[in-house]
Amino acid sequence: MRKLLKVGAAIAALSVVVAASALAAADKRSASDTLVFGAASDPVILDGPLVSDGESLRVIDQIFEGLVGLKPGTTVIEPKLAVSWKASPNGLIWIFNLRKNVKFQDGTPFNAAAVCANFDRWYSFPGPLQTDAVTYYWNTVFGGFKKPAQGSPGPDKSLYRGCKASGQSTAKIILNRRSSSFLGALALTNFGIASPTALKKYQADAGSVDADGVFHPTGTFGTQHPIGTGPFMLKSWKVGDRLELTANPNYWGPKPKLKRIIFRAISDNSARLQALQTGEIQGYDLVAPQDIATIKGSSKLKVLDRPAFNVGYVGLNQSIPPMNNILVRRAVAYGLDRNAVVKSFYSGRGEVADQFLPPLVVGFAKSGVPQYKYDPEKAKALLRQAGLTLPVKVDFWYPTNVSRPYMPDPKRNFEAFAASLAKAGFQVVPHSAPWRPDYLGATQSGKAQMFLLGWTGDFGDPANFLNVHFGAESGLFGFKNPALFDLLARADAETNPAARIGLYQKASVEVMKFLPMVPYVHSKPALAFQKNVQGYVPSPVSLESFATVSYSR
Amino acid sequence: MLRFVVRRLLLVVPILIGLSLLIFLWIRALPGSPAQALLGERATPAAIAQIRHQYGLDRPLYVQYWNYVDKTVHGELGTSIVSRRPVTTELRERFPATVELTLAAMLFAISLGIPLGFLAAKKYGTVFDHGSLVVSLVGVSTPIFFLALLLKYVFSVKFGWLPSVGRQDVLLDTPHPTSFYVLDGIVTGRWTSAWDAVKHLILPAVALGSIPLAIIARITRAAVLDVQNEDYVRTARAKGMGPWTVDARHVFRNAMLPVSTIIGLQTGLLLSGAVLTETVFALPGMGSWLANAIFNRDYPVIQGGILFTALVFVLVNLLVDISYGIINPRIRVS
Repeated sequence: MRKLLKVGAAIAALSVVVAASALAAADKRSASDTLVFGAASDPVILDGPLVSDGESLRVIDQIFEGLVGLKPGTTVIEPKLAVSWKASPNGLIWIFNLRKNVKFQDGTPFNAAAVCANFDRWYSFPGPLQTDAVTYYWNTVFGGFKKPAQGSPGPDKSLYRGCKASGQSTAKIILNRRSSSFLGALALTNFGIASPTALKKYQADAGSVDADGVFHPTGTFGTQHPIGTGPFMLKSWKVGDRLELTANPNYWGPKPKLKRIIFRAISDNSARLQALQTGEIQGYDLVAPQDIATIKGSSKLKVLDRPAFNVGYVGLNQSIPPMNNILVRRAVAYGLDRNAVVKSFYSGRGEVADQFLPPLVVGFAKSGVPQYKYDPEKAKALLRQAGLTLPVKVDFWYPTNVSRPYMPDPKRNFEAFAASLAKAGFQVVPHSAPWRPDYLGATQSGKAQMFLLGWTGDFGDPANFLNVHFGAESGLFGFKNPALFDLLARADAETNPAARIGLYQKASVEVMKFLPMVPYVHSKPALAFQKNVQGYVPSPVSLESFATVSYSR
Repeated sequence: MLRFVVRRLLLVVPILIGLSLLIFLWIRALPGSPAQALLGERATPAAIAQIRHQYGLDRPLYVQYWNYVDKTVHGELGTSIVSRRPVTTELRERFPATVELTLAAMLFAISLGIPLGFLAAKKYGTVFDHGSLVVSLVGVSTPIFFLALLLKYVFSVKFGWLPSVGRQDVLLDTPHPTSFYVLDGIVTGRWTSAWDAVKHLILPAVALGSIPLAIIARITRAAVLDVQNEDYVRTARAKGMGPWTVDARHVFRNAMLPVSTIIGLQTGLLLSGAVLTETVFALPGMGSWLANAIFNRDYPVIQGGILFTALVFVLVNLLVDISYGIINPRIRVS
């Protein structure tokens, strides 16, 4: 027994020694050609068409390139794997002239056949992959599969008709109907071109369907061998630990300045901040608003602004009276003190919205937009004009346990809005629910009369904002407005850029006259970096290339 | 002894069946569906219906339960709805991190808690005794996340002595044959790697071990005080045995019985409940994995994860009972 005591004492002594020497060995890191980036979570899979989450897209964006891309920091389309393009007069055939002498990371050549192979792959995805949870962007942009499974739209509903390679460097994409948002959508990371050889070799679409109908990918394309043409290549990925990219030595464009990027998943906000402070990571996205002051206060750290590309709004569901009355909706618009909310709760990172589109998006109406300045008396007058007795009871919903770029603190927004509405003749009945799935479920199924919500654009096109929300009947807003639906459909089908912009400007104004919701903010989300990280250009759609980033100590 | 072990093992079966049914019903009673969680802001009723169908969530409950039991019996825990990877694969990756953290936390708690409790009992009523009471009260009542953030702030951010997140420095490119990082370093002979993994364990282990430390210290103290007054101790003293020998051979050995129970229980608890510590230190273990799964209504992960955790908990307790028999032969006989 004395032995046991001795062992115990030895263990105790050892732990003290271990702790002490750990303290002595301060951890000094160098390696300025390596950047460690803190991600909120691991990617799902590194195969663009199969994901829609930001953490997957961030990594995929470094490995793959599409036919077109976005000019850094903007939503302006620029050439990528296609050097030029043009649409036939009827808008159904798009001809892309491809960049020459480009090789995939596995050494195989990039050409028109490779482009068509990718489009055909997406169009032919098997049944279990056809859900929004997997192929959201194909569903949204092209909508329709070659062999539709139960519930999926078929070829007749698809925007995509086919792809033809003529020669090595001309690819023709044929559509079933005119669409001008098509080009903008091609800039999505989801439609990056993968090596057809690698897709086959690593069995990108192989898998089994289990008893529950869930598709298990069994190939290694999306987990170990994602092969594109981009500036970085996957070196290794250990889920939960690290994902490492290395520079592509044969990249056709300017060579990346970093030798490697390591992404590590840190889900907790304060843990990401502390990891940045200790130098364990060099940058991270989705900075919590309350942490911005700390970062700005540090001599070693800096905050980068992402351009405002979102909208926060107060939704009004017209299937629940009296929201079907335009006078009431206008009363709400006059009764919301949007200025005060944006000034008080966005710490200088938001601008007051007076239309749904952020100013960066083409189609943003520069004039003619009805203005609804906070005016409680006018709101009351409108309610009386609608024949209602004041105060008018409204059910106002807000989410809990969530912070979105367009609404860092929903509860505070709600409270301020509720107070301003109370002065404008409304009696607000508060309702709250956890963000997901409860809150989103309640609003989307049309249960909420008034609610706080928002949208961040996926790509730089007005269709992604206006058509998505007001182009068809939806549970969210509960209205049927054929004139507006028609206007938005015409705008989307217009291929003449100038005419198209005109139609969208008109639609933007119409939406504000019709008021299915009241937009109140476009906010600028923040990224944080070590001061010595240079060349990171925040993109409005949250997709930044690390190829221009350098890190000097 | 063998019969005892077998009987206890057989008892595990009904426990797991009952538990599986409880978990199954509980997660389906939660509001909202995985489809909604998965699709977020972009969900449309049609897309939700499609996903519910794809995952079999539109089938009758008993059919779903039967499918689940049938698969589980065959060692298949299903596919995570969010990550699309097999639950068993994720479990294999996550479990070592939690075991490592738990062992480190318990090592810290035991190596300090037992001597502390023993000394407190020996110095009963003195300043040291009262001091240890205060220390353990503080230990028990400090919320883990607060302690974790405080430790990180002081030792990582302020002084930069210890790392604040993860299991290893990402710039160290080391192989992980066993997924127990400290062990991996030793097995592959990479001492820097092992040492780095140890450094990453210190703060989380201290944060997580603070409560067990306090509990172990209190239980040890009480047990030693109890045993000290037993007849056989008095007899031993009367025989002229030296105080050290008496303590080691009679007092300590018998006092360790309740302490070992507590150690077992606490180990089981830590294995299943390291949620906050793992989140704060970005350790990819079972706790943070399950917490995220519940947040995302990832049914297969919740079901598989909790079932596995329960199994581990039951087995750890079985080990405790066996260790009882080893420490005290009287129990073996009965």
